[in-house]
Amino acid sequence: MHLDHPDTYPHRHTYSAPTRPDGTRRALRIGLGGPVGSGKTATVAALCRTLRDELSIAVVTNDIYTREDAEFLLREAVLPPERITAVETGACPHTAIRDDISANLEAVEDLEEATGPLDLVLVESGGDNLTATFSKGLVDAQIFVIDVAGGDDIPRKGGPGVTTADLLVVNKTDLAPYVGVDLAGMARDAKAQRGELPVAFTSLAAEDGVAPVRDWVRERLAAWTATAP
Amino acid sequence: MSTLSAALLVLADGRFPAGGHAHSGGAEAAVKAGRITDGASLESFCRGRLHTAGLTAAGLAAAAAAGLDPLGLDAAADARTPSPALRAAARRLGRQLTRAARAAWPSPDLDALAAARPRGAHQPVVLGLVARAAGLGPLAAAYAAAYEAVSGPATAVVRLLSLDPFEATAVLARLAPEMDDVAARAAEAALRAFDEGLDALPAGSAPLLDITAEQHAAWPVRLFAT
Repeated sequence: MHLDHPDTYPHRHTYSAPTRPDGTRRALRIGLGGPVGSGKTATVAALCRTLRDELSIAVVTNDIYTREDAEFLLREAVLPPERITAVETGACPHTAIRDDISANLEAVEDLEEATGPLDLVLVESGGDNLTATFSKGLVDAQIFVIDVAGGDDIPRKGGPGVTTADLLVVNKTDLAPYVGVDLAGMARDAKAQRGELPVAFTSLAAEDGVAPVRDWVRERLAAWTATAP
Repeated sequence: MSTLSAALLVLADGRFPAGGHAHSGGAEAAVKAGRITDGASLESFCRGRLHTAGLTAAGLAAAAAAGLDPLGLDAAADARTPSPALRAAARRLGRQLTRAARAAWPSPDLDALAAARPRGAHQPVVLGLVARAAGLGPLAAAYAAAYEAVSGPATAVVRLLSLDPFEATAVLARLAPEMDDVAARAAEAALRAFDEGLDALPAGSAPLLDITAEQHAAWPVRLFAT
């Protein structure tokens, strides 16, 4: 423990404090964004199923106008109901994850308080456009999920989600032959936009299809555990 | 006591990250019921809200900014908020405002209120305390509350009805003299409350807003939290 310094005082109320009020390390927070229908909720569900036996997980959903995403996760029983919270976003899902993160932060902290200690909190954005990104005040890392059926030109077009996300997931690779998409071309375009940042091609329809994302989450969690107090 | 300060602009800015963007102040229910359909009906709605719930909120905010006991004011806010849904929303928004304000204007008063009400105090009470922390007086706090009472619904209706944003802003501009009046009355009542007790604070309410807030809270599909 260190004594408060005036300069660091406000940060106690933002994400950057890696500890909870009782001094323990808070959970790693990972945001998942991307266009409507690309498979964000399915990815969250698959991650919960594959990681819930080894990690303590909770999920915050940001539906645009319903509780459907939260209810899907409840129906699929990927986690107990007390570990899933829905945040209402006032017709502006990107505002709730970027410009005014207060409701999401409350949701994350309430989950930790009620069910914690947690290892991992997944924050899923409401389906939005290609410019939506998470505030660093809300999450420690973000995944941007697109799919091959949404058009193979999305990686080429770039945009903040595609170019800056810590992990770009290109989902529904099983559909590529049916929609005439060249996966190698998408990989080249993504590489051009993202440099060394990783890209995962997934088909959640396949057995253990979420494996590349899960492995990446495990790496992030190991790094978080190693650096945070 | 209340001098002109840019801090009021920072606090009253619609982009101040304290959760207001997810609330329509009853406008979503009024749009669905056909009571708000255009600029003129938006203006009527906002006028009604300003002189009832808005005046009450402005009085609480001014009193907190003047230095009255926030916990007493929090109880007074409960007494002035009959709808359980709106009580819950006011506390949630108060908690969100506390978070943003503790980063923007750190203050032992805000810390103390957060410790006493970890699930959130009523938003207008927090607003007044934040104004105080920002060096603003009761009148400025009342202005912030009065403006919020109408700017929230106006912004929401732009999204709900695809109303021309210039028209919505013109509504707010036309209501400005009435906001001046409401803020002045609220600040005056806050000073009286020092001598006469909290009953001197405005206690206006809009029963239809309370009723539709309860109904709205039960909708399965909605864009706004209130």
